Amino acid sequence: MSGKKLIEVNGVSKSYGGVIANSNISLEVEEGKITGLIGPNGSGKTTLFNSIVGYHPIDEGSIKFEGEEISKLRVQQIARRGLLRTFQQTRIYGKMNCVDNMLISIPHRKHGFFDMFGSNGKADRDKAEHLLEFVGLYSKRYLPSGDLSFGQQKLLEFAMALMNEPRVLLLDEPTAGINPTLINGLIDRLKRANTDFGITLLVIEHNMRVIMNMADKVYCLAHGEMLASGSPDVVQNDQRVIDAYLGAH
Amino acid sequence: MNAERRSMISQGLLLAFGLIGPFLFPAYIQQITLLWIMVLFALTWDAMGGQMGYNSLGNIFFFGAGMYICAVTQIMVAGYDVGEYTSAFGAIQVDISDGQYFAGLFIGLAVAAFGCVLLAIILGRIFFGLRGPYFAIGTLGIALAAGELIGAWDWVGGGSGISLPLYPADADFFPGSGDDESMFFYTLALISAVATFIFYKWLYGTRFGLAVNAIRDDEEKAEGMGIHTMRYKTVAWASSAFFMAIAGGIHGNIIHFIEPLEVAFPTVTFGIFMVAMALLGGKGTLWGPVLGAVLFHVIKEVTWTHLLGWQWIALGMIIIVNVVFFQQGILGWMKERWPEAFGVTVEGAAAQGSKSGGGSN
Repeated sequence: MSGKKLIEVNGVSKSYGGVIANSNISLEVEEGKITGLIGPNGSGKTTLFNSIVGYHPIDEGSIKFEGEEISKLRVQQIARRGLLRTFQQTRIYGKMNCVDNMLISIPHRKHGFFDMFGSNGKADRDKAEHLLEFVGLYSKRYLPSGDLSFGQQKLLEFAMALMNEPRVLLLDEPTAGINPTLINGLIDRLKRANTDFGITLLVIEHNMRVIMNMADKVYCLAHGEMLASGSPDVVQNDQRVIDAYLGAH
Repeated sequence: MNAERRSMISQGLLLAFGLIGPFLFPAYIQQITLLWIMVLFALTWDAMGGQMGYNSLGNIFFFGAGMYICAVTQIMVAGYDVGEYTSAFGAIQVDISDGQYFAGLFIGLAVAAFGCVLLAIILGRIFFGLRGPYFAIGTLGIALAAGELIGAWDWVGGGSGISLPLYPADADFFPGSGDDESMFFYTLALISAVATFIFYKWLYGTRFGLAVNAIRDDEEKAEGMGIHTMRYKTVAWASSAFFMAIAGGIHGNIIHFIEPLEVAFPTVTFGIFMVAMALLGGKGTLWGPVLGAVLFHVIKEVTWTHLLGWQWIALGMIIIVNVVFFQQGILGWMKERWPEAFGVTVEGAAAQGSKSGGGSN
């Protein structure tokens, strides 16, 4: 890989009233790599995600995607540039069946006004079914997605994200709430999304085994500040990281 | 019998009734005309409230706005000054040709329809920032305020309203019917309702249907996936406004005399009926609003005739039972009861195995 920087976060701060959620955070995501973001609960990981995808304005700093400043853009504009996120609390369209969930997740970046009234072609349907098969939901594709189990909904949300053909996918705790046997399958699929589909990943994860296994580079946040960064080995053995997780005195 | 067949048969039966109904029950032609307008109400409300999850309580605004725009256009086409016409309180001797009357009516309906599309686009910019109950109350405010504002606007007759030009006495589109005017407006109402149905049936089959359903289920997620949510919401409301305006124009001409509170912006009757009908039949489905409108209208007319004095209580009971015990409506309940008939199926292990075995890519 060329080492091209897809996302460059520079000196970003965000506070809610008196609570400083992010303070002077800098982070880079390299094209084609899997970047991990860890940190104890309340350390500001999800806030940073929300800042990157435009859910709220940031107080200071700059966020660039492929060299373009995106911190002033709105959520949809950022999504249409190919920067997509999944949610910690899985979000899918519960009353629609899995196939419809997939079909409406096609990339909207090239859509003009009259594409609203177009129909989904066979290529879209095939792709939707192929991806549902990829995450193991093919046989349940005509069920309302709200009837699926939590773990299956996470898989569906992941498949929807792939359907959107993002450049970068931000995953907020992809394995939270999934039973341990499914986790291995999910790690495998995440890695394949990275290698086979060429999607750059930025992953928030609490499960150390998962993140150390997957990531090329790991960032660790604590109390809204960047504590450490580097290869998984380095971060794993950093005394400050261990203290942050276990509570040092 | 699959869903497509059921739909074809229902359409056939309903259309057959639409065509022969006025000949079978000539005494009830006004009620059947209103039935088609009710079907149109329920369908257009459901596009917003059912399919997109934006419970508008103010869609009746477009009915009234359309009615007034149509009336004003009709007066202008007839060659009268609107201010003079309305200030005469109907005492003016209206002298227009048949050609002027029908030209005025159809131009009026078209101007009303596109005028209300424009109004919906403008109002959407303001009101789509509101979600859930705030949107419902905000839109209710539009309808109530419009009634009051029109009531204070002398140019369109204020609270005294407008008497519309009369249907030409010598018009004879339906020879032998005895009541050409009723037949004419019946036909307009039927065509409008059928056009509304066909339009939404087509629309829900396109990407639009999926997108507004996605907005209903989780709008933030839809934004996060890059869907042009504002565009879809605006089109949904504009389509609703388009047909509501036509219904308003037709209804105004049937009533002949329009005024702001009871006729043009009947928030607590038609404005609520359209919600109740869609809920009764099953919101978020194509057929639910149609079914709901037919049932609701029949019950309403029957109770108005045979249970006079109790009619509002009967209607209130239906709404309460519907909302408390039966929230998913008739079609929603059927979908829960017989999911397979609506295409909700899990494929067996065999089918799954063969697919994953065959899919090499």
